[in-house]
Amino acid sequence: MKKKILILLGVVLIAGGLAYTLWGGLEQNLVYFVTPTELIQKGDAAIGNPVRLGGVVAEGSLHVTESEVNFQIADDHHRVSVVSHVTPPQMFQEGIGAVVEGALQKDKKFLAERLMVKHGNEYRPPEEGKMPQQIYQQLLKK
Amino acid sequence: MKSKVILIFLILFFAFAQYWGLVRAPADRMMGDVYRILFVHVPAAWNALLLLTVSFVGCLLYLLRRKEFWDRLAHSSMEIGLVLTGLVLPLGSLWAKPTWGVWWTWDPRLTTTMILFILYAGVLILRQLIDDPVRRAKISSAVGLLIYLNVPIVYLSVRWWRSLHQLQSSPSTMDPQMVLALRLNAFALLGLAVFFLVQRMRLLKREALIEEKESLPPPLPRGAQS
Repeated sequence: MKKKILILLGVVLIAGGLAYTLWGGLEQNLVYFVTPTELIQKGDAAIGNPVRLGGVVAEGSLHVTESEVNFQIADDHHRVSVVSHVTPPQMFQEGIGAVVEGALQKDKKFLAERLMVKHGNEYRPPEEGKMPQQIYQQLLKK
Repeated sequence: MKSKVILIFLILFFAFAQYWGLVRAPADRMMGDVYRILFVHVPAAWNALLLLTVSFVGCLLYLLRRKEFWDRLAHSSMEIGLVLTGLVLPLGSLWAKPTWGVWWTWDPRLTTTMILFILYAGVLILRQLIDDPVRRAKISSAVGLLIYLNVPIVYLSVRWWRSLHQLQSSPSTMDPQMVLALRLNAFALLGLAVFFLVQRMRLLKREALIEEKESLPPPLPRGAQS
């Protein structure tokens, strides 16, 4: 009898845990990164809150100096300016998908402590006359 | 003897598939040669999920039929699936550092795969803790069914949630030579996985026989009166 109650308790616990996972407030935490539009919609509430921001590195926005990297993360509607003091990954470039970790500052610039490149699911041979190894080595030098 | 010949053939086929992937397939436009880890990472991932699906079938049929064979199938395929999952994670890490820029991040695909590894390691540890073979088979089959829930989650995680990990590639997003190399490697690893599965199931059958013998009371000494 006691054993049955224990088993029942176990089943209830597991089912409850699963239900909470599926319908509880966890959905918010499951979002790996927010888009620029979502970040801007939050307004001032976003300032200082650590978050991951994901989108495309906007064309023409990437500027690398010795001490910092400046660029914009864009989606279809909005752009967020990002500043970072870490070394970007080798494949980091304009037009590529990126996810950055950090928080929006008071000056509406996103201070990123980690820069990550999101690679697509496309695999293509290099165009005629270009050596991929050379491209890669150039990236390594940066 | 026969199995040795099969093993040698499978290893040679694997070497041939690797040669195709490492030499014959072209480099990638963006990543150069770094992408070639795909020829071990993706086959390992596919076969891991496949083997764990086999273990699900084993668990289910054991609970329905109560034949030891199905428990041995579930046990062996879980072990091999676990080893392959254990390979997928570091192989992915090796690729992630030069492309993403980090060894690890708590993205949905990576997190659910890590959970997958822990769950199946857990059920195999659980097996060691139960002495009675029938009870062991029943409990681990039930747990095996429950934790299989995570396998489709791992597979679909990149579609359901935003992740850093890319979506599944398809022949339309890859160069045909790369697709061919990937398929060769997937079958090469599948062959090895099935080989190990069969060997492990044979071993488990022998282990069960030993276990059975040891559980019997010791034979009476000769001439003793009963």
